[in-house]
Amino acid sequence: MPKPNKTTKKKATRTPPAAQRPAAAPEGDRGSPALLSVLRADGTVDAERDPKLPAETLLFLYEQMVQVREFDRRMLMLQRQGRIGFYGPILGQEASTIGSIAATEARDWIFPALREGAAALMRGLPLEVAIAQLIGNELDRCKGRQMPCHYTYREGNYYGMSSVIGTQISHATGAAMAAKIRGDDVVVLGYMGDGATSANDFHAGMNFAAVFQVPCVMLCQNNHWAISVPVSAQMVSETIAIKAEAYGMPGVRVDGNDVLAVYVATKEAVDRARRGGGPTFIEAVTYRRLGHSSSDDPTRYRDEAEVAAWEKRDPIDRFRRYLEGRDLWDEPREEAFKQDIADRVNAAIALAESAGPPAAESLITDVFADVPANLKRHYDDTIAGAGATEADGHFPL
Amino acid sequence: MANMTLLGAVNDAMATEMRNDDRVVVFGEDVGKKGGVFGATVGLQDEFGTDRCFDTPLSECGIIGTGIGMAVYGMRPVAEIQFLDFIYPAFDQIVSEAAKMRYRSGGEYTCPMVIRSPYGGGIRGGHYHSQSSEAYFCHTPGLKVVIPSTPADAKGLLIASIRDEDPVMFLEPKRIYRTVKGEVPEGEHVVPLSKGRVVREGTDCTVVAYGAMVHICEQAAEQAAKQGRNLEIVDPRTLVPLDEDIILSSVKKTGRCVVVYEAPKTCGYGAEIAALIAEQVIEYLEGPVVRVAGFDTPFPYALENLYMPDVRRILEGVQRTFTW
Ligand SMILES: Cc1ncc(C[n+]2csc(CCOP(=O)(O)OP(=O)(O)O)c2C)c(N)n1
Ligand SMILES: [Mg+2]
Repeated sequence: MPKPNKTTKKKATRTPPAAQRPAAAPEGDRGSPALLSVLRADGTVDAERDPKLPAETLLFLYEQMVQVREFDRRMLMLQRQGRIGFYGPILGQEASTIGSIAATEARDWIFPALREGAAALMRGLPLEVAIAQLIGNELDRCKGRQMPCHYTYREGNYYGMSSVIGTQISHATGAAMAAKIRGDDVVVLGYMGDGATSANDFHAGMNFAAVFQVPCVMLCQNNHWAISVPVSAQMVSETIAIKAEAYGMPGVRVDGNDVLAVYVATKEAVDRARRGGGPTFIEAVTYRRLGHSSSDDPTRYRDEAEVAAWEKRDPIDRFRRYLEGRDLWDEPREEAFKQDIADRVNAAIALAESAGPPAAESLITDVFADVPANLKRHYDDTIAGAGATEADGHFPL
Repeated sequence: MANMTLLGAVNDAMATEMRNDDRVVVFGEDVGKKGGVFGATVGLQDEFGTDRCFDTPLSECGIIGTGIGMAVYGMRPVAEIQFLDFIYPAFDQIVSEAAKMRYRSGGEYTCPMVIRSPYGGGIRGGHYHSQSSEAYFCHTPGLKVVIPSTPADAKGLLIASIRDEDPVMFLEPKRIYRTVKGEVPEGEHVVPLSKGRVVREGTDCTVVAYGAMVHICEQAAEQAAKQGRNLEIVDPRTLVPLDEDIILSSVKKTGRCVVVYEAPKTCGYGAEIAALIAEQVIEYLEGPVVRVAGFDTPFPYALENLYMPDVRRILEGVQRTFTW
């Protein structure tokens, strides 16, 4: 093979212009489409966009966010203590999930990505079952077969995802196609990260959703990072929401740290989908404040100042200021509620940790409806016949 | 010589070839500043700049598709797929394009590209961070498939793969990335492709293994020796094109063979070895060729130790070549 032409020695400047942009803080944002926000930093709301939710709903949203934050904090601690193997925290992204799920009905389906475990809890997945998933024991719905953070909860119409980025996007579209064909009053909410928009399935899922005008809302949590790759190196497109336009569906950009704005945007999209108005794409602008997962050290690749700036935009603090301004919340209530969650999480941990490992036979069930004869024989000869247990086979290297 | 981990040797191989040949570029998800999720590319962007070591958007299809374009143009792309489990969005590019480039163009265009990817179980990664899918690639004519089991081999085989004129799937046993250390020659070090290695000489039964399984087979051989049985371990190192002689001559000597691999048993690489032996040297066999392999199931999370071949299962497999 000849070497490529050596005369063109000029150093290429490969960095796309967008890569110079810092992670955009919503204040002073001029991206297109315009950023929708409702809650102001000082704790007041934009009266025109205020969804005017009843006090009990507002408190529900707040409590859900606080619960998820506590759950997240404790699970990361369990991981650090070696009691669970891996954890993908959502610190700072609570509003995007809670606000959007709150805009759906229980019969609507959810196709989550990595950071939407809160949706399963909101749909009723018991805390101890969620923790059992993280441990991978006999209480776990997926029988200890998946890595942590891969919840599944059929009663809550919460889909169990794979780890493969983006694949659930076309599944969400397909479920919405089915709902439309069957004439069911069901809307599908599909989630993804900013990195997932580069995956093949993003294109397929978005295009099919628009072509078939399905009752689907696609919500992208733009947390500005895909592991170590900033969104500015993921794409040169000015915003993610603008991509919707090319597919022929409305694209909405919303402050993802503003639970009311996320609610408003999702509610409007869900209502339109329910009326037969087709799909909507929502970009929720938020920020991943911790590492990608318990295995990641973000200080290797990002500036701590950026993280500090986003800490100031904490979705829970902001909503609390609003609730306090309306005399719906105060410090004693906060303390009592936090204590209550801590107690519930502690009880759930104890319950989950008291469960045993999955049964050895679960190794070979659920591959098909029936266990094939040769698989059964392999198992009988190798495991059952030999009386092997999970403690066997540890690799002492 | 330097004492290195297998991971360090992979890194050293890329750095060495990038210094040697300015056509070599390294790219993939998180390989730049972060240096890869396992650290295989640490320091490469600092030394060679963002034109030679860079992060890509999150698209395996894009990584391999553009890699093919670079290779066709005359570069030496080394693409990292973060986990072998995530390679499938690029499967079409690999099997329909890279693998067939030379043949379909009558040799006018070739695809001298390396696709590096960590594979295999034993790290508590569940379905999507543990699979051993080497057989899919072995089944595609036009792809070379290489799997190292020691740091020195990792370096020498990776350099040979980068210099090879055809596409190479270079699969790295991540379970032993940091746990296996060894002496690695500094600078230029090439281990030719399609040449196996006798890991341990023995007379009673041949054990064919590659990747992390080689080390478990060594432990099994220690135990077998205590019981007076002398196992010969052969690591093919390149699965395709295979060094058939090293396996066949070992089996001629021992008259027995066990193939150990962690992938699902059915249609796995062991089936190919068993068929090869049956076709070529059946008259030397004293017992059946036995496969010790993973189960025909997706890779589990909590029960991964039950899933993976271990010393006990290997020794039982050996026993079955004696009593059947
Ligand atoms: C197809 C595929 N490629 C690579 C990975 C490894 N990986 C896991 S998460 C991730 C980044 C995802 O970023 P994003 O979509 O923005 O979601 P976030 O983690 O920020 O929520 C990568 C590259 C994967 N899981 N699947
Ligand atoms: Mg992201």
